[in-house]
Amino acid sequence: MTAKVTATSGPLVLLIEDEPQVRRFLRATLSVNNYRLVEADTAQQGLMHATGHNPDIVLLDLGLPDMDGLEVLKRLREWSSVPVIVISARGQEQDKINALDHGADDYLTKPFQAGELLARLRVALRHAQSHTKEPDSPIFAVEGLKVDLAKRQVFVRGEEIHLSPLEYKLLTFLIRHAGRVATQQQILREVWGPTQADQTHYLRVYVGHLRRKIEADSARPQVLITEPGVGYRLRESGSGE
Amino acid sequence: MTDQRPDPDQLLAEVKAAEKSATRGRLKIFFGASPGVGKTYAMLEAARAAKREGKDILIGVVETHGRAETSALTQGLDVLPRKRVEYKGNFLEEFDLEAALARKPSIMLLDELAHTNAPNCKHDKRWQDVLDLLEAGITVWSTLNVQHVESLNDVVAQITGVVVRETVPDTVLERADEVELVDLPPDDLLKRLDEGKVYVPTQAKRALQSFFRKGNLLALRELALRRTAERVNQAVDTYRREEGIKSPWPTQQRLLVAVGPSPFSTRLIRATRRMAANLKAPWIALNVEVPGRLDENARGRIEENLSYAEGLGAECTTIVGDHIADDILAFARARSVTTIVMGKPRYRRWRELFTGSMLDELIRKSGDIDVQVISGDEPEGEPAPALKTPPSLARWTEYIGAAVIVALCTLAGAALERFVAPSDLAMVYLLGVVFVSARYGFAPSVLGSVLSVACFNFFFIPPRFTFAVESANYVITFGVMFVVGLIVSALTSRVRRQAVAARGRETRTAALYALSRELSAERGEPELAELAVRRMQDVVAGDMAIFAPGKDGALQRLAGKAELSAADLAVVQLAFERGQPAGAGTDNLPSSRVLALPLRGATGNIGVASFIAGDGAVAVDRRELLNAFASQTAMALERAQLAEKAQRSQVDAETERLRNALLSSVSHDLRTPLAAITGATSTLLGPKTDDETSRELVRSIHDEARRMNRLVNNLLDMTRLESGQLRLRKEPVLIEEVVGSALEALKDQLESRQVKIDIPPDVPPVRVDLVLMEQVIVNLVENAVKYAPLSTIEISARNTPEGVLVEVADNGPGLPPGQEERVFDKFYRASNAPGVRGAGLGLTICRGILQAHGERIWARNRDGGGASFQFVLEAAPLPPENMGDRGKP
Repeated sequence: MTAKVTATSGPLVLLIEDEPQVRRFLRATLSVNNYRLVEADTAQQGLMHATGHNPDIVLLDLGLPDMDGLEVLKRLREWSSVPVIVISARGQEQDKINALDHGADDYLTKPFQAGELLARLRVALRHAQSHTKEPDSPIFAVEGLKVDLAKRQVFVRGEEIHLSPLEYKLLTFLIRHAGRVATQQQILREVWGPTQADQTHYLRVYVGHLRRKIEADSARPQVLITEPGVGYRLRESGSGE
Repeated sequence: MTDQRPDPDQLLAEVKAAEKSATRGRLKIFFGASPGVGKTYAMLEAARAAKREGKDILIGVVETHGRAETSALTQGLDVLPRKRVEYKGNFLEEFDLEAALARKPSIMLLDELAHTNAPNCKHDKRWQDVLDLLEAGITVWSTLNVQHVESLNDVVAQITGVVVRETVPDTVLERADEVELVDLPPDDLLKRLDEGKVYVPTQAKRALQSFFRKGNLLALRELALRRTAERVNQAVDTYRREEGIKSPWPTQQRLLVAVGPSPFSTRLIRATRRMAANLKAPWIALNVEVPGRLDENARGRIEENLSYAEGLGAECTTIVGDHIADDILAFARARSVTTIVMGKPRYRRWRELFTGSMLDELIRKSGDIDVQVISGDEPEGEPAPALKTPPSLARWTEYIGAAVIVALCTLAGAALERFVAPSDLAMVYLLGVVFVSARYGFAPSVLGSVLSVACFNFFFIPPRFTFAVESANYVITFGVMFVVGLIVSALTSRVRRQAVAARGRETRTAALYALSRELSAERGEPELAELAVRRMQDVVAGDMAIFAPGKDGALQRLAGKAELSAADLAVVQLAFERGQPAGAGTDNLPSSRVLALPLRGATGNIGVASFIAGDGAVAVDRRELLNAFASQTAMALERAQLAEKAQRSQVDAETERLRNALLSSVSHDLRTPLAAITGATSTLLGPKTDDETSRELVRSIHDEARRMNRLVNNLLDMTRLESGQLRLRKEPVLIEEVVGSALEALKDQLESRQVKIDIPPDVPPVRVDLVLMEQVIVNLVENAVKYAPLSTIEISARNTPEGVLVEVADNGPGLPPGQEERVFDKFYRASNAPGVRGAGLGLTICRGILQAHGERIWARNRDGGGASFQFVLEAAPLPPENMGDRGKP
């Protein structure tokens, strides 16, 4: 398969996916939305294009014919910090977690919708940029929630609320990852410290506490979303579909 | 018994034998009076003749002993290579049974039936190899000398003075389909011997010289001829019976031999066996156990003798009684015995004066039963069986106990002396003697009697503190006191012995009863086998195991921890294949340490019980018990197997039904959306449609694709649940989080539907697999969306003592009454919702997931209308509120 770069402007997406139907659907969707695309149908080819084309973002299927997608990710991460969004079939929670823990930025479950994909792409690209640039404004706002990171103040629908130190730490970690999924391991390691990485039940309970404080209806969260079996995602303003 | 007609059972047995011998190989024995008569030669000549007729002949073993004329006969016949067996560094050449069975000739030549195999062979004896060959349908020709026939063994020893160790059981000779006598007059034989034509091993030359005397040879020849004549006689009988020739039927005879611990009993047994064979009569070996009279040694010898008799074909029984003559006669009458065989007593005359001769009594009371008395010399070199073991420590304490009791009586006498007459004091001593005999048995109480008389005399009879006696009256008192003491002792200790024996028997009966009762309550083969092993081990000391064939037909251990070597397992296998007991004390591999009893059910062999006795041997009376246990176990196991089989076929039918339901469901539910998608896309690809129609069509493609996705997911979930590959990752989760992510997943379907959530803050976290539990909520809500359109969906959780009660309810039409349980069945779709599509898997998956969590789900109709699904989840303890919550915001 020859690398064929479509369009002339916009971010360059490297698509590593062996199924032609999915590639066809993505080709159409991405070109309509002003992305440039380079396609690879094997892992070897994907790695080759990653070095040759220096893409802005990588869409990686986990089930490739010649190599495990996880292995592709590991090799890619040896030299590149390009954002990677993993595409996988359903029922592989552990695979998703492994991918995220090995440096993937996000994941999508097949079948997914075009809007969902585009939103994830935007988030990943923005985070990649913020790595190199100055941090965003110290105010984070989504739905009824507003956090002033400079003053350490949290407002829900205009009213200031009190968070415990740990709840605040949890919230700020999620804000740093806003729009992307954070695995339980990542959260525990970052918020509780490396020794508590297996204490997932603390996390669940604290997420519950945090939700009761920041969500209008904690059983139907709009801000702090559970990704079943994987972790949590804090919704980002403008990232909805 | 005076049954003149052929016994139907016997006829049936003959029919069976005929049927069996059709498939079984035929055994032909070339029978001779002594070595050198030309048996091998005759066998080879016959083989050559058969070969000319085109028969497939194979020489297994033929000993030519270097004789040219014999080895010339083997020319042109196939010879099976011998197997090399290592034994103590030497290599012995032996018959290769496995190769023979694999080669499967139609006729196999195997010289010297009585041969003893090298150790490490499958069987100890060649005749056992022959039985295997016959069983495999191979005809065997073999040779045998008369001195090797087991029941003639001691007759030969008496005649020739040479004891032959290698013997063949009479049953083997009787099984032979054909016996050809190879006869050579003694003079000719001696002439051949002189010419060096008879093989004689050099080291045994001298012994054999005395063997080959004319007188010996004449006697042996007579034995061989007689034995052959007996067989001919039997053959004539069989022929008569088969042909229905009417002739006077001999009275049905039944013999009984009384067996004791004496080594002489084996001679009695052999004699009886010969008589029984001549009469073609069944025979019984009976042991009368007098409670307490035998020590362990003697008991062991009795058991050996009984098992010897059993090996020769006797029915063995032990009865308990005090009065041997009466007990034997009662038993004999009960079993219609016609002849009782007894040994001549070896007691001295004076003993008979006291005890009376048991034999005399038996003969006097025997009535119409014949009594045969066989002479019994004291066997040379055998010590007379010791009737008593040397007193052990325990015995000494009994004697000391007796002395102490007498001493106590003396003290009591001293206290009473002032109030009663001296003769009354004797009663105190008698009481002591009764006590001693009840407590310690006969011998200590004899000592007690002697001591009592002595003490009575010494302490209470003037002149006191001497053994002298003033008045002759007291001599009578002493005498009476002594005799009464002895009689009381004898009676009491007899009662005591009987009680002990009865207790032993009682224990066994109770164990058997307990086993049968418990087996009937138990289900499942492994449990049954385990129970049987446990119960058996309660009663007989030793290690036990039960085997049954697995799916591949190979025996597998069902229960029991007995450690079995490869050789032991071979015994077990043999017992299973033959359907006969094998191993220790049986005809099959008797030198083995393990006893294997086949478990025979009504439909055939269903397994094997193996037993290794703690003390080495398995006693005959225990074998009876083991047999009883084995048959009980077999019946129970068979019942379990049948039940399982019935259940399996039911499961198979159920699986088949489900497979069909799945096929129809999947084909329908996948085709419908596919049809919609194909239709819509073909319209879109066709002539131009207006924008609104296009959008409508695209939306329908989108919806149908999602429906298919759901169906495929459900099928995958179902497969995972059913294949048992599902691994739960339980962790403490807040139920509202589960509900939240489920509603998030259902966002599109719920659209504007109202969902009421009621989860109070006091509901603790639950220990569940989050992904699976989300699936449960998703399926339940989806179900409500489908079956209760327009209704409000209510999701609630409550803290209860059993855990967290979760409810998903709607206020739609509710469940069809009476079908509250059936809605969870696979491919069930409510009959009152005809417009609803779906595979009918959602609720089945819910039930499967909750079962995997060890919980259950149930459905009911709500009072106000609508369906409600409820389940309880295990509550998880709350972590401490401030866990790790340090530092400043």
